[in-house]
Amino acid sequence: MAVTEENPGYKWVGTRPIRPDGLEKVTGKARFGADLVLPGMLYGKVVRSPHAHARILSIDTSAAESMEGVKAVITGDDFPDLAANGAHPSDVDVANNTIARDKVLYEGHVVAAVAAITREQAEAAAKAVEVTYEVLPHVLTVDEAMADDAPLLHEGMITKGVDPAPEEPSNIASKILHERGDLEQGFGEADAVVEREFTTKPVHQGYIEPHAAVADSNSDGRANIWCSSQGHFQMRAYTATVLGVSPGTLKVTAAEIGGGFGGKTVIYLEPLAVRPSQRAGRPVKLVMDRDEVFRATGPTSGTRIKVKMGVSKDGKITAAEVWMAYEAGAFAGSPVGAAGMTAIACYDIPNFVVEGYDVVCNKPRVAAYRAPGAPMAAFAVESVLDELARNIEMYAIDIRLANAAVEGTQAAYGPKFPRIGFVETLEAIKDHPNYTTELGPNQGRGVAAGFWFNAGMMSSATVHVNENGTATVVTGSPDIGGSRQSMALMAAEELGIPYESIKPVVADTETVGFNDVTGGSRVTLATGAAVVDACRLIVEDLRARAAKTWDVELDQVEWVDGQAQHVEGAQPPLSLNDLAAKSGRTGGPISANASLNSRGVGAGFSTQLCDVEVDPETGVTRIVRYLTAQDAGRAISPDYVEGQMQGGVVQGIGWALNEEYIHDTEGVMENPSFLDYRMPVASDLPMIDCSIVEVPNPAHPYGVRGVGEVGIVPPMAAVGNAIHDAVNVRMTELPMSPVKVLEALNAHDE
Amino acid sequence: MKYVAPSSVEEATSLLSASPSAQVFAGATDVVPQLRAGRPAPELLVDLKKIEELVSLKSDDNKWTVGAATPTAYLTEDEAFSHEFPGLSEAAGLIGSDQIQNRSSLGGNLCNASPAADSVPAMVVNGVRAVVAGPSGTRVLDVSEVVTGPGQTSLDDDEFIVEFEIDNMPARSGDAYLRMIPRTEMDIAVVGAGARVTLADDGSIEQAALALAAVAPTVIRIPDAEDALVGTTADDATLDAVAAAASEACDPIDDKRGTVAYRKQVAGVLAKRAVLIAIERAEQRNGTN
Ligand SMILES: Cc1cc2nc3c(=O)[nH]c(=O)nc-3n(C[C@H](O)[C@H](O)[C@H](O)COP(=O)(O)OP(=O)(O)OC[C@H]3O[C@@H](n4cnc5c(N)ncnc54)[C@H](O)[C@@H]3O)c2cc1C
Repeated sequence: MAVTEENPGYKWVGTRPIRPDGLEKVTGKARFGADLVLPGMLYGKVVRSPHAHARILSIDTSAAESMEGVKAVITGDDFPDLAANGAHPSDVDVANNTIARDKVLYEGHVVAAVAAITREQAEAAAKAVEVTYEVLPHVLTVDEAMADDAPLLHEGMITKGVDPAPEEPSNIASKILHERGDLEQGFGEADAVVEREFTTKPVHQGYIEPHAAVADSNSDGRANIWCSSQGHFQMRAYTATVLGVSPGTLKVTAAEIGGGFGGKTVIYLEPLAVRPSQRAGRPVKLVMDRDEVFRATGPTSGTRIKVKMGVSKDGKITAAEVWMAYEAGAFAGSPVGAAGMTAIACYDIPNFVVEGYDVVCNKPRVAAYRAPGAPMAAFAVESVLDELARNIEMYAIDIRLANAAVEGTQAAYGPKFPRIGFVETLEAIKDHPNYTTELGPNQGRGVAAGFWFNAGMMSSATVHVNENGTATVVTGSPDIGGSRQSMALMAAEELGIPYESIKPVVADTETVGFNDVTGGSRVTLATGAAVVDACRLIVEDLRARAAKTWDVELDQVEWVDGQAQHVEGAQPPLSLNDLAAKSGRTGGPISANASLNSRGVGAGFSTQLCDVEVDPETGVTRIVRYLTAQDAGRAISPDYVEGQMQGGVVQGIGWALNEEYIHDTEGVMENPSFLDYRMPVASDLPMIDCSIVEVPNPAHPYGVRGVGEVGIVPPMAAVGNAIHDAVNVRMTELPMSPVKVLEALNAHDE
Repeated sequence: MKYVAPSSVEEATSLLSASPSAQVFAGATDVVPQLRAGRPAPELLVDLKKIEELVSLKSDDNKWTVGAATPTAYLTEDEAFSHEFPGLSEAAGLIGSDQIQNRSSLGGNLCNASPAADSVPAMVVNGVRAVVAGPSGTRVLDVSEVVTGPGQTSLDDDEFIVEFEIDNMPARSGDAYLRMIPRTEMDIAVVGAGARVTLADDGSIEQAALALAAVAPTVIRIPDAEDALVGTTADDATLDAVAAAASEACDPIDDKRGTVAYRKQVAGVLAKRAVLIAIERAEQRNGTN
């Protein structure tokens, strides 16, 4: 671990205890989304479009309704028409993505749902729903969607962010632009200029647990929902919108979650379970299979990106021009905005234009995926930077050091950076033995860096001290990356009691204050700060109770090592245990709530060093060695920080080498299974070496920045740069599959 | 759908004859995923694993006998077998994962009739014979005669494979199997290549067999490459000819797993590499058995 500021004597923060959810998970007791079974529960099945783009002419549910065991069949008409009601366009999109109304916009788009007594009956009934379609021409990529005569997904889509607004509708939902300085002048000052064009494919988050929801409606209109989600408050809001009810009528409980990576911040199933449950008066369960997960959830955008950059002989970047188009899938909202802000954020560049387009096409609506938008842009920019470094004969790390953003640098997207740790990650790579390990034949080494904002947003926490002096820490942030351990470690540090005495809990929407989704690497930062605030309120309360017990002023009482101590030692200390046991006589139960809107995020940087070996005759690339250095601010739980760093890298390696959505010419996905959607398997990977950098975030009580996302930003470029180093071909298309690498090698040989 | 587990070959054939829609299975590692994926269910599923001779691995002075439903893990774990047929053993060891190999069988791998089945090229180059049982007794087929196209075999509906016979590996001989997958496991061969060679006393190649998987509707032999090898020491020019003949013999498709051009090129590469490994093994088995 590369520590830039010593741990100031923490007892719990920074340790590696046993995870609080470990036992239930390894013994199979943890309840995931699909595990809940309620008395009288019905099984639902969703009917999906076989077409990429079609008008729904009619849906005949009569045959399905009359089948044995069938209790409810619903279609888009069973939900309020939000567009007609004048709802916000983004809410209309959420509703129309949940269940199609007039048109289906991608293969897998929901058109109806059924609920029946058994799963088999539901499946049979789903097949019996007769949908008549008028098939429409479709567009699958940004190139097709942006073509002049492209068929339109949304007849009223006028590009936002263009002045004056275009008169004609198109598939371009919006345009973004960031500029500074004078490009022409910048390129004029350059001694080397490289211009390249890159394409990437949609890739899925690949969480192991498919989406699942159980809904149980009451006759008074209230409903309980259990689901696999990264944010049950968000699920409640979306579901209420789609159903046209008040959020307060829904109680949502987040099940234990089997991965999300951003893909479980949106709704798919919840309203489709509630509505039939209302009809049938019985609980309804909906669980996707893997095929549905691929066809209808996630993924992140496929892209086309052009980058032109110039450097002077001494390695200073003089100008950068970035053009990018991101697939949004069926509805506006690709992460091109974040892509535009992150693309060159690692560097201090005087002259640049970053232009981006959010483009709809007939594929599933994209969802957030770890540092949404940033990885594709980094693939392009970091590949070009690699080439520039070679052109001026500078080391890859050194060209990055020469341009690295530091405290005070004005980020390309606007604000000035506070204290950040990018340079420290570059140095951590240089200091690691992997940097100088000798390479074998056909092996190559690549470097790439990445930036991610990290989010803050809103969180709440409640801390209860139990009668024996242990504590329960309640938050509303589903734990997808180990946050319960981090909450417990921070609470242990604050309260001065052992980690094992603290039980961290994720509560439902009625048991704890509002929490935004678990996403944006925000939970340890923002929910963690709420936990710290609540613990500090508890400590204040405990000091007051000790003062009262001793009949002294509050300032005579300190809280040290889990006990109230008199500053002059005039009284024997009172432990948390003592105070808790006597709480009835000192003011009642000891508990505190804290809610906050985060006080300040800390940007995250990662630099990675990848060694590959390329088989020049088959184009197969194997990862030989991989090092990731990331600024965590402070690693509250180093085990989980490393887990996040490694996880991001592994997903990035999959994205780099083999993962891609493959569609046939009709727009039907051809590889909706883990057999043919090739995520890496364990034997594909070496142990990912981690170097945790700690440059504390001044805005968090323990210096936390957030670590969940930036790790996935550099890998594609790191792998591509390593392939170039190994076999001298520049890969500009993802995935860099054996087929593509061999094609590139063949072309190079000619 | 009904499940039966007969305990003898005769019982099994009579069940098959009596039921027009019956299907045998061994490990069911193909059958179950196919049913789950929506393939129409047969009326009767006949489990072959309760028939003793179908789950066994035996050798005598002349040959090995492998029960058709024997888990392929037997082949990788039996030291004598994997020493004698390292290529076939490695091919069996590539099927899926440890869990899959505890169930998957040679009979299932062959009769599922996937062009990409890993054990099949290794069986073909080793001249493996299939003993087929039917209502009127047994017949013996060369493994290369069993599969006729993707998902198609030459067996009648009421026939099944009882066991495989593999003649002992001659002296100065060796086999090898290589497959190309983008990952390191849990994937389907984009190209597979099996090779076997027997060397003459002077070290030149006396006999050669080469077979490719996943590049044509069935596993194919490459006679041109075999002819090119015989009488040579597999010098570079010969190996280039082998690679060219292998690429030429391919009749692959473009699909999500690979392109025609890629499969052809890599078929040549793997054929060449498999031959080299087989030669190395043959040299090590100099004069011994
Ligand atoms: C996760 C996974 C990974 C896999 N990886 C690979 C791989 O890497 N390489 C590979 O080649 N395969 C792979 N497979 C496919 C499968 O495991 C193999 O084809 C295996 O050898 C099939 O054997 P089985 O005994 O399970 O066949 P079963 O499923 O029992 O049967 C397959 C077919 O053969 C027929 N059959 C079975 N036994 C006989 C018999 N004695 N006589 C006549 N017909 C018979 C059945 O009717 C059926 O049509 C994989 C499968 C899974 C699920």
